[in-house]
Amino acid sequence: MFAYVIRRLVYAVPILIGVNLLTFLLFFVVNSPDDMARMHLGARHATEEGIERWKAERGYDKPTFWNADADGAGRLTETIFFDKSLRMFAFDFGSADDGRDIGREIRDRMGPSLAIALPTFLLGLFVAVSFALLLVFFRATYLDFWGVVICVAMMSISSLFYIIGGQWLVSKAWALVPISGYAPGLDAARFLVLPVLISVLAGVGSSVRWYRTIFLEEISRDYVRTARAKGLSELAVLFRHVLKNAMIPILTGVVVVIPLLFMGSLLVESFFGVPGLGSYTIDAINAQDFAVVRAMVFIGSVLYIVGLILTDLSYTLVDPRVRLE
Amino acid sequence: MDFQPVLLWTDLLFFALLLVGVATVLHVRASEPLRAAWRKVGRRPTGMAAATVLLAFLLVGVVDSLHYRPQLPAVEGAAADAPAVYSSEVLSALDVLLEPLRTRTEKTYSAPFADTLYVRETVELPEGGQARIHPRLVWGAAHLADPEAERAGDVAARAAVGAVGGALLWLLPVMLVAVGVSRSAKLSPGVALGKLVRGDTVLAWRAALATLGAILVLGGIVAALAPVYHVFGTDKVGQDVLYLALKSVRTALVIGTLTTLVMLPFAVALGVMAGYLGGWVDDVIQYLYTVLNAIPGVLLIAAAVLMMQVVIDTHPQWFATAAERADARLLALCLILGITSWTGLCRLLRGETLKLRELEYVQAARAFGVRTPAILRRHVLPNVMHIVLIALVMDFSGLVLAEAVLSYIGIGVDPTMISFGTMINMARAELAREPMVWWSLLAAFCFMFVLVLAANLFADVVRDAFDPRRG
Repeated sequence: MFAYVIRRLVYAVPILIGVNLLTFLLFFVVNSPDDMARMHLGARHATEEGIERWKAERGYDKPTFWNADADGAGRLTETIFFDKSLRMFAFDFGSADDGRDIGREIRDRMGPSLAIALPTFLLGLFVAVSFALLLVFFRATYLDFWGVVICVAMMSISSLFYIIGGQWLVSKAWALVPISGYAPGLDAARFLVLPVLISVLAGVGSSVRWYRTIFLEEISRDYVRTARAKGLSELAVLFRHVLKNAMIPILTGVVVVIPLLFMGSLLVESFFGVPGLGSYTIDAINAQDFAVVRAMVFIGSVLYIVGLILTDLSYTLVDPRVRLE
Repeated sequence: MDFQPVLLWTDLLFFALLLVGVATVLHVRASEPLRAAWRKVGRRPTGMAAATVLLAFLLVGVVDSLHYRPQLPAVEGAAADAPAVYSSEVLSALDVLLEPLRTRTEKTYSAPFADTLYVRETVELPEGGQARIHPRLVWGAAHLADPEAERAGDVAARAAVGAVGGALLWLLPVMLVAVGVSRSAKLSPGVALGKLVRGDTVLAWRAALATLGAILVLGGIVAALAPVYHVFGTDKVGQDVLYLALKSVRTALVIGTLTTLVMLPFAVALGVMAGYLGGWVDDVIQYLYTVLNAIPGVLLIAAAVLMMQVVIDTHPQWFATAAERADARLLALCLILGITSWTGLCRLLRGETLKLRELEYVQAARAFGVRTPAILRRHVLPNVMHIVLIALVMDFSGLVLAEAVLSYIGIGVDPTMISFGTMINMARAELAREPMVWWSLLAAFCFMFVLVLAANLFADVVRDAFDPRRG
């Protein structure tokens, strides 16, 4: 088990190197730092010395891959590629355009992101699985039919409308909770209720349908017929057999996203003014702060790979046939 | 009025895609198993109704893709043989049809069917002094002397005329379908019409015609009202919101269709190669899509769009008009979305090909010495096509929704391009106003909801018909 995890982590290195190379190509080879400087400074300030200063401030004034002027190891380390790309493996992200240390910002903002993402994830999972089981229990009745219709209709509404509508209805029309903002500690609950509920509502349509399909596939199998023949009630069959056996396809889709919860949700956080990583990313995108976007890309990929490993580990918990080789 | 046709890149690809669609239809007609599968789609009322709605949207999109630049009137005192000068503004055939909507702009916000502006202005009274009132609109309800008293009656009368017009127009397709059914089933037209009304035809024509009827009647009502009222109000700069919503349809369709066109060659070629060849090819392709998958989609799109924007901004000489620049960004967005979204389909195709290559007929073909390209073309590709088709129709609605979110974040289409995302983005800032400006959001919501719902329903029906696991 331990050896397996270590080996998987070693396998992850080439993938992270690939991610790094890809983002590096995107950010430094498609456009030269001069192009970026011109765009950032605007036409009026894009003088020669302005561009040089902008590049020097960000450390973009070095050669891209190979520094012929330096000596020894400096030829490789005194380059943009080493500075901006390889240092990420040590989780050293440098500083953002406003001079703050990106690593510290990320540590500070993880909490608020998780405070929304984790309840959303758990509540969403619970609600979706319960409704899916309900529909499966009443399968091929009007309840099932209309349930699926409502799911498809809910899937067809953009998440933007859920957020805008929810904010307007709950915060403006009924004035139940503050429209946006965040407070540390236990005061946060007031601010978190609405974003969590809206996120759950926005995602529930597609997930209910997805789980319903999984359960229906399980329910047509032989062991279910056997269980019914033994005289088990339909409820016992659903909860004891079907739910257990449907865990593998459910886990495949669910565990991968757990680490990514740290990244928060771009839309929800920016709409509700939560100081998490999602709103951090959006602000960076709008301000075209490339250093922050690069850092978030790297962290996202690391978390994704962790999610894949966790998925494999979770299989061993629900399926005794799976062995980690 | 002379004009110079303009063919934007997305137009070209959009029409190319339509041609591919027509070719596919011809191919389907020639092959019995495919015909049977599509007949399954046609038998389902939801499938036919959704297809009708999608076709209506497609029609709007196609008409909006015929772009041109109008000729400017000759300058006074210019020589008679001076070269014609064309406007830098690119219009489309849809703009010609919606001329009154496009040109009748107000000063700023006004509510649906309103006769006055939403904001108060200070006006000079004729008897001296000033007052803060809501001034009358230039176009909206301008034909009414006393809007408060006359509006309800006027709207009802016009709507009734429009509805009757739409219904009359609807009789034509009903008759056509009845004649078609009577010919194919060798019945008299009257009997065929009876069967049609009872929903007793092989294909679900009744659902399609009922949907078409609803579209035509609604369209008739709107067409009767739109020239004299702003049916969905006006936005911040006084543009008619209905016009904006109709113009957004093309953007949504282009994103939803061209993206898949971009990703298809990648996904099919790489997926089938990885599955069939195995070995190091498989390893390399798997590595590629794992790397792309590892990057959170939104961030990869953001990074790529930011970089594209730098390229576009630093090379203004490439684009003759603002429309071309916006179009370049739209195309770039399609490319980027395509490159970030081919991985899922690639993985599915790889798995399916792995299964196929072990089947007897492929083994037999290999034993007979048929070359690999021929095996792939003859035996593998036709048998993975259902997966491709299902993926295409399933992805469409997701892409339309993604466009709105991306444009809202600021990494979607060009801000000057009319799309659902930019509409929502504009409208969102006004929610805090009292009374609320809700009509832009309502229009975007209605159009998007109908489009995405139709796409989702159609996708479900196609999946059920083509997926062998679903009986």
